[in-house]
Amino acid sequence: MIQQVSVFMENRPGVLGAVLDILKQADIQLYAISIADTSDYGICRIICDRPADASKALMAAGVASALSDVCAVELANTPGAAADMVSLFAREGLSLAYLYTFLYKEKPVMVFRTDDAAKAKNILESGGLCCFQWN
Amino acid sequence: MIWNPIKECMPEEQKRELQGKRLHKLVDYVYHNVPFYRKKMQELDLEPGDIQTIDDIVKLPFTTKQDLRDNYPFGLQAAPQSEIIRIHASTGTTGNPTIVGYTRKDIDVWSECMSRCLTAYGVSRNDIFSVAYGYGLFTGGLGVHYGVENLGATVVPTSTGGTQKHAKLLKDLGITALACTPSYALHLAEVIEQMGITKEELKLRVGAFGAEPWTENMRQEIQQRLGLKGYNIYGLSEIMGPCVSYECECQDGSHINEDHFYPEIIDPATLQPLERGKDGELVFTTLTKTGMPVLRYRTRDLCSLLPGDCPCGRTFVRMSSIKGRSDDMLIIRGINVFPSQVESVLLGIPECAPYYRLIVDRKNNLDILTVQVEARQEYLAQGVDTLAPITALERKVADRLKSVLSISALVQIKMPGSLERFEGKAKIVTDNRKLV
Repeated sequence: MIQQVSVFMENRPGVLGAVLDILKQADIQLYAISIADTSDYGICRIICDRPADASKALMAAGVASALSDVCAVELANTPGAAADMVSLFAREGLSLAYLYTFLYKEKPVMVFRTDDAAKAKNILESGGLCCFQWN
Repeated sequence: MIWNPIKECMPEEQKRELQGKRLHKLVDYVYHNVPFYRKKMQELDLEPGDIQTIDDIVKLPFTTKQDLRDNYPFGLQAAPQSEIIRIHASTGTTGNPTIVGYTRKDIDVWSECMSRCLTAYGVSRNDIFSVAYGYGLFTGGLGVHYGVENLGATVVPTSTGGTQKHAKLLKDLGITALACTPSYALHLAEVIEQMGITKEELKLRVGAFGAEPWTENMRQEIQQRLGLKGYNIYGLSEIMGPCVSYECECQDGSHINEDHFYPEIIDPATLQPLERGKDGELVFTTLTKTGMPVLRYRTRDLCSLLPGDCPCGRTFVRMSSIKGRSDDMLIIRGINVFPSQVESVLLGIPECAPYYRLIVDRKNNLDILTVQVEARQEYLAQGVDTLAPITALERKVADRLKSVLSISALVQIKMPGSLERFEGKAKIVTDNRKLV
């Protein structure tokens, strides 16, 4: 499990810029950022080097942000790696709420949320995959 | 045609004499039967004997919606409960609706006044009349219903909702007349068109529309799409219900049933009476009501009383169309909505911050209320990393609003701090409906 910062955002010009600027002022290094497009608003999800500091800086600036633990898994940097991982979940009937990827030290990392984190971990391990950890 | 020419065409002097007599009787009646009015008159050092002619009305105290609320439920009722045969209620702002009790005599007067309206629209006993106002605590349904029966036309109590079934009945029964809100008439027209029914297949010829503000453009559109002639009807539950005023064939203002409802126009700031033709707040005194009569009730509706005679022959004074409100009440799909009602709902939901906006639009001829409210920062910080909690909150707010307002609202959750803050008077409501 790794920590993710999430921000509830309205879809209008300037909102994302303001959030990113707060993180810049706090000297936060971003690794991944994911925003799905919805008409009125969406959730911006961020993986960074100091999530607790990032959340604190956002809250101090009046931006509502949440810190949560999400599953992350390190994959092989080869064609089909993502397909194999996702099909493990499909076979067990576990659905994903969201998913995004980033590269960390040349290695692809898949971040995702399921209803059952413990079950997800078991499925990954029995499939020979290992949960991602910062090193 | 004129239903009651003796009353509706009464010479001015005779009318004022009748109004004076009735006012004197009314004041004597409420003074002795409603402690609220007696106390108010005593404070002004007034006795029933001081009110002899209709011109004396200016000496009397005003009554407000707040007075009605403060005396919930039966404090302003003048007749004993055994004489009350029906109760209607209008939507309340802070929990308490306004309760109005009617005696048999009141229902008879209501039916008589309603028959006058319908006759002015050209409705007769040969018509088949669909009443598509809501039946229930709202005065629209039953009020028009009794008038149509009193006139002798065939009433079809369709009420609201079930629009496709209504459209089918219009065609199959050969319904000739219709009463509903103007926005519902347009919605009905749309459904009829979607069902592939042409207006030539319908026999509609007369429509009585009211309970919400509407414009000349809406009238033209309703007339064109439904193939009928549309007339305005005005009323409010505190005074009686629909029947207080009505358009005649001249359609230049609505005649007020002045032998029963005495109108005044006042300046809402100074409360001084304004001369004929000037815009101000409409005030009514119920000259003959016995269940819950009111003295100089401030309707908050802004309009004028038109000078001059009407070519139709009726001598009842005409009121202009309603130009606005002197308070913040909104009329949405015929239902009264106060921003304070919305506020009390939002303050009761811990996930919501006390910052909100109300936006009213008219899309496809239906009023749409949008409520924007900021989520609390603490709530979002509890781990909102998907949209599910946001949509759940929207649904929760919408459900609570629906149960309090009786109409559906579109809810939009906003980021904390995103709605503009005001110093002094906040602009909470934006009404985008074009009614001019």
